Amino acid sequence: MYTTELQKNPRILPVSTEAAEQTVAFEARVAGDEYIEPKDWMPEAYRKTLVRQISQHAHSEIVGMLPESNWLTRAPSLRRKAILFAKVQDEGGHGLYLYAAAETLGTSRAEMIDALHDGRAKYSTIFNYPTMNWADIGAIGWLVDGAAIMNQVPLQRTSYGPYARAMVRICKEESFHQRQGFDIMLHMAKGTAEQKAMAQDALNRWWWPSLMMFGPPDDNSPNSAQSMRWRIKRETNDEIRQKFIDATVPQAALLGLTLPDPDLKWNDAKGGHDFGAIDWEEFNAVVRGEGPCALERISARRTAWDDGAWVRDAADSYAAKQSSKKAA
Amino acid sequence: MERALYDYLLRRGDDSLILSQRLSEWCGHAPTIEVDLSLANLGLDLLGQATLFLDYAASMNADVHNADALAFHRDAAEFRNCLLVEQPNGDFAQTIVRQFLYSTWQKMLFDRLAFSKDPTVAAIAAKAVKEISYHADLSADWMIRLGGGTDESNRRLKAGVEWMWRLVPELLVADEIDNELITKDIAPDPASFETDFMTKIAEVFAEAGLDVSPLPRNFASGRRGYHSEHLGHLLCTMQYLPRAYPDAQW
Repeated sequence: MYTTELQKNPRILPVSTEAAEQTVAFEARVAGDEYIEPKDWMPEAYRKTLVRQISQHAHSEIVGMLPESNWLTRAPSLRRKAILFAKVQDEGGHGLYLYAAAETLGTSRAEMIDALHDGRAKYSTIFNYPTMNWADIGAIGWLVDGAAIMNQVPLQRTSYGPYARAMVRICKEESFHQRQGFDIMLHMAKGTAEQKAMAQDALNRWWWPSLMMFGPPDDNSPNSAQSMRWRIKRETNDEIRQKFIDATVPQAALLGLTLPDPDLKWNDAKGGHDFGAIDWEEFNAVVRGEGPCALERISARRTAWDDGAWVRDAADSYAAKQSSKKAA
Repeated sequence: MERALYDYLLRRGDDSLILSQRLSEWCGHAPTIEVDLSLANLGLDLLGQATLFLDYAASMNADVHNADALAFHRDAAEFRNCLLVEQPNGDFAQTIVRQFLYSTWQKMLFDRLAFSKDPTVAAIAAKAVKEISYHADLSADWMIRLGGGTDESNRRLKAGVEWMWRLVPELLVADEIDNELITKDIAPDPASFETDFMTKIAEVFAEAGLDVSPLPRNFASGRRGYHSEHLGHLLCTMQYLPRAYPDAQW
């Protein structure tokens, strides 16, 4: 799935004079679209920005398993169950290789997970909303994963090599996730009256949070300029949001569902849709941890981690005993 | 319809389906991401096996439309899985003990089932046995790791064995349905691999620092639809949507 830059005004470290020459060389490489690799010199602020962004992305994948696994045990057919099981497993896999990509920058997975559990690290706001009916699983795939693809396709060309390469695989899988979501919506929207009502209800609840996934508007996105310059980011929040809306409107029409925005209409002059005001108050509140399921999500993660501590200890202890046996 | 074969297919399909459902409860909540992924692998394999067996069963029964009808529209008394697979996950040790006992048995059964005179059964078993081999290895590795890890993991593993051990004898009995299929060379006799099974258990238990208790008297007959109290709750969750909206296609 997806995370956007959520920490406002991170401290950007000033570049020291000694590093100035290296910085110039670094910026030239980035500007020339070269990949930066783990052993290459990089500005400390670049490293920090990446650790923050990649770990937020990883956390979002792991927390994002929860709203979907909420319906895994209740998936309505064997086929749907198998697809959802594989999809949620994919999200776990994405988390794993994103943590691995972030680790190449010198921060351990344990440190990142600690930061998630004690609230220092963020994850995508979208996962703080509840999945209330089966169509929510369709809406997440269609809209949330659809938004993720829009965001992540440019990340395949992000300047940090391990992150870019992780994104290549992730994008392939997200594209399957998006299609399975749309397929669920299609069955629901063309199904019984009750199913159609569930589909519309899910769309009503997920539409606006999906638009918020692209992050704050460009005129209020403090980190965007630096991230664009470092080619960590390749398109602005508003550009991708517009692209997403333009792609989604005809899909909703095909489903026969109504997007919950009375101001949504085609604008010939701009060659895109105009849309209603996004409630950034709501977004900021969810970023602050006031989302409807924020407590449930983080408590589920902490519980899984704490309940699993004895298993991890046992595995470590067994491995240590084995290696000392070998050494003896 | 060949009643014995039909029932046998339900037994195989239901074992896999119910165990897969249990494993899916772990999804997103396992001790590490790696464990989460591996439990999902097992669950997905089992779900695939369940679908193949139940589809085959449905094809033999004019009253049943497809595998989904069998999975979602039968009540507990019509399920034919053994009691072992329906046991609650408990902690990770209890889940691993359940998996180890079942996969070890299932591996030996399917090794033989791959030579069934029924070509569909043989084909499903031949495909599944490769998956089950991995399930048996993975769970045996965890048995040994937990047994030899810390005092706590060893204690939890023993508690898991204590919970599951009473349900092993059910795996080893053959009833008239098995006997009919054994005679026709469609199914193997569980007695034919009981010694191998107990040897394998003893081997892994020894490495995990566990004693092998004598097998108790069998009290379970899940194969006839007599289940533990746990299955009804599992089905309430699993079958909720198709039961609540019987006219819907998903």
